[in-house]
Amino acid sequence: MSVAVQHISKKFGAFPALNDVSLKVRTGELLALLGPSGSGKTTLLRVIAGLEIPDDGQVLFEEEDVTEKSAYERRAGFVFQHYALFQHMNVFENIAFGLRVLPRKKRPDAAKILARVTELLGLIQLDGYEKRLPSQLSGGQRQRVALARALAIEPRVLLLDEPFGALDAKVRKDLRKWLRHFHDQTHLTSLFVTHDQDEAFELADRVVIFNQGQIQQIGAPCELRENPQNDFVREFLEV
Amino acid sequence: MRRVTNDGWFARYSLLGIMFAFIGLFLVFPVCVVLIEALHAGWGFYLSTLQSIHSWTAIRLTLLVALAVVPLNTLFGICAAWSVTHFQFRGKAVLISLIEIPLWVSPVIGGLVFALIFGRQGWLGPWLETHQTQILFAYPGIVLATAFVTFPFVARGLIPLMQSQGSAEEEAALTLGANGWQLFWRVTFPKIKWGVLYGMILCNARAMGEFGAVSVVAGNIEDRTNTMPLQIEQDYLNFGLPQAFSLASLLLLLAVITLIIKVVLEWYRLAPNIVRANPGKTIL
Repeated sequence: MSVAVQHISKKFGAFPALNDVSLKVRTGELLALLGPSGSGKTTLLRVIAGLEIPDDGQVLFEEEDVTEKSAYERRAGFVFQHYALFQHMNVFENIAFGLRVLPRKKRPDAAKILARVTELLGLIQLDGYEKRLPSQLSGGQRQRVALARALAIEPRVLLLDEPFGALDAKVRKDLRKWLRHFHDQTHLTSLFVTHDQDEAFELADRVVIFNQGQIQQIGAPCELRENPQNDFVREFLEV
Repeated sequence: MRRVTNDGWFARYSLLGIMFAFIGLFLVFPVCVVLIEALHAGWGFYLSTLQSIHSWTAIRLTLLVALAVVPLNTLFGICAAWSVTHFQFRGKAVLISLIEIPLWVSPVIGGLVFALIFGRQGWLGPWLETHQTQILFAYPGIVLATAFVTFPFVARGLIPLMQSQGSAEEEAALTLGANGWQLFWRVTFPKIKWGVLYGMILCNARAMGEFGAVSVVAGNIEDRTNTMPLQIEQDYLNFGLPQAFSLASLLLLLAVITLIIKVVLEWYRLAPNIVRANPGKTIL
């Protein structure tokens, strides 16, 4: 599914976090939002998920205008920087959460939930961890559980907010590879926020460079390096 | 024990001595006196004083008041803590301060306000009279006054607890398709349940023991509007010391039970944080 934002503006008090931002994420694309901290990239991700209400502009999922829809109606798969796992639930219940809160008619039965969670545990290579609490997992394991939890509801789009930001270098590299591999297999439309240039350029099909609430340039990694459009991009990428 | 200051043993022991003397004199001694006085004529007499109609109706009324006030203030406390934590709005700091008003003003003032509103000469007095509804000098008035005094107890504990927990888990639940009801019962409530219970226990203790506010609105009608603290005072003034002390011993028992539950809950409430602070080894 494609995701588009049109003329999105958002202020926090007097601070303009997003200033007339328009962007289209193509179906099956892995797109990176890259920029210094405070540039508005996380805010844009939260606007797409429905966790922030924009002051102006529209959010479109395919052709459907979801601007007025709440986060729980949009059901975008969202992975938080600090995982935001449910601390009092074990790994199984964390992953099953999105299935258990479905309306009764759509809710799968216990056997189907078990099958789905087991499948996801295999995907994130954490078989046998279903009884563990989040506090008993390492950072990398927690992040993978957060991914599985977001994928359990079969979202139409996956949004990742600094997914590897809180992890150490080795784990970060492994997870990065895993995510690229996962995306190559599923082609789930994905959007991730990062302030790490290498991460953005290594992972993404296209990179969006953000500064001060505005898009500076959009393009494939090589395009950006070869042809930076303004001084900010040139300095930021150090080309 | 290592000494941080250079105070000699004299300063240290005299300070400790003063502290224990004060605790003994002002806290432990009065409690002992109440128990000794209540029981000095034996168990049989003690129980018979509690079975007197005055004592019994006071106990019943006190329980009924707590039964109405504690759920009311719990509901309010959760709503207030939720709003303050999850919504951005103007005047948030003012609201948090306002919630604490009952802790700062004398309870008598709370009582007087209700007397002023619902009394015969009060704002709503004439209207209530024509509709044959009694609020002052009756159960509803006592509930209102008690609710006023115990208003902050649940909210005050929950607000910092929920603020420290943030809303990340709630946001995650939203993106996973949980509606407000599911969000609260499956995600928020399990995190705050010990805090809620803690606030309820404190609220209950205060609700049962409140004197000032209730004394203004209850009107001291024996066997009808006397809660336990009011009945204790009346017994005392009417030279019914044994009755006064046996009722007082019951309130004291309540305090002791509250204290024990409070200590247990503090342990439970802190326990998850301790686990969170030491999340085990970090291995991928």
